[in-house]
Amino acid sequence: MKRLLFALCWLALSSTSLAKEAAPLAEDPVLEARLMQISKELRCLVCQNETLADSHADLAKDLRREVRDKIRQGLTDAQIKKYLTQRYGDFVLYRPRVTAKTWLLWFGPFLLLFGVALGVGVVIKQRSRTVDDIPLTAAETARIKALIPKESESA
Amino acid sequence: MKARFLIPFILFVVLVIFFFVGLRLDPHEIPSPLINKPAPAFKLPQLHDPNKLFSVDDMRGKVWVFNVWASWCVSCREEHPLWVAFARTNSLPIVGLNYKDQRPAALDWLQQLGNPYILSVMDTEGRVGIDYGVYGVPETYVIDKQGVIRMKHIGPITPQVLQEKILPKVQELSR
Repeated sequence: MKRLLFALCWLALSSTSLAKEAAPLAEDPVLEARLMQISKELRCLVCQNETLADSHADLAKDLRREVRDKIRQGLTDAQIKKYLTQRYGDFVLYRPRVTAKTWLLWFGPFLLLFGVALGVGVVIKQRSRTVDDIPLTAAETARIKALIPKESESA
Repeated sequence: MKARFLIPFILFVVLVIFFFVGLRLDPHEIPSPLINKPAPAFKLPQLHDPNKLFSVDDMRGKVWVFNVWASWCVSCREEHPLWVAFARTNSLPIVGLNYKDQRPAALDWLQQLGNPYILSVMDTEGRVGIDYGVYGVPETYVIDKQGVIRMKHIGPITPQVLQEKILPKVQELSR
């Protein structure tokens, strides 16, 4: 019970802190929503496993400021992404572009899946065949006959 | 039949090769798309004399080093003695980009640790830093006579980086 209460308190606290962070939303909700949408697709270069939207790094704040400015200037999402890739390279994009270099990254998993499926298929086919194809020796047939006399009699 | 037993072994070797290459890469070193591109233009006030402006064009005809530093940056302190020693024995001009810093703190820092720069410019807002793709101070660029970025080093330089990476590039470009 105590634990639950603690968890609830924690939840309440965290939701208020979230509300504080969202403060700039009040200024221009449409712009902020677009900023969020764009920066979710962008990588923070300092803490590389965070998106630009989530990161608290100074550089991420600056980059969000730049993106905000670019939105105000009327640039499209593609233009903003180009602005960033020109400076930081394709690495800033969480969803890499399909190019000759990233082809393996995009389609490699499917290739691997296909290869493994093919391999499993071949092995299954081979095994079932080997079990059926090995003929019984005369001694084995005789033993089977001895073990199940009724069936062999009726046959 | 024998070849079948080789398959796991071959897979293992492939895995080892992948690990050998992959684990030796530094994930913090992101290749810069600015290599072999003109250094982004800017006009910024100089640290020691904010009334004077500096731009990339001022260095045209010279091979130079552009070093991003800040007084709040710990790794900059680490590499700084190397630059100071280098500036004493070498005629290669080093320009500093004082990145997102406060002027008094930056001036203090240079006074205490020595000033290897022919001049430093103040990028208080960090905008020029973004144009240069700066994401982890210190960063060092080698720029050629035509104002084209030829090399970038991310993080503090070491004697080895200076001797084996930066100097050969500078010599090649100075020819």
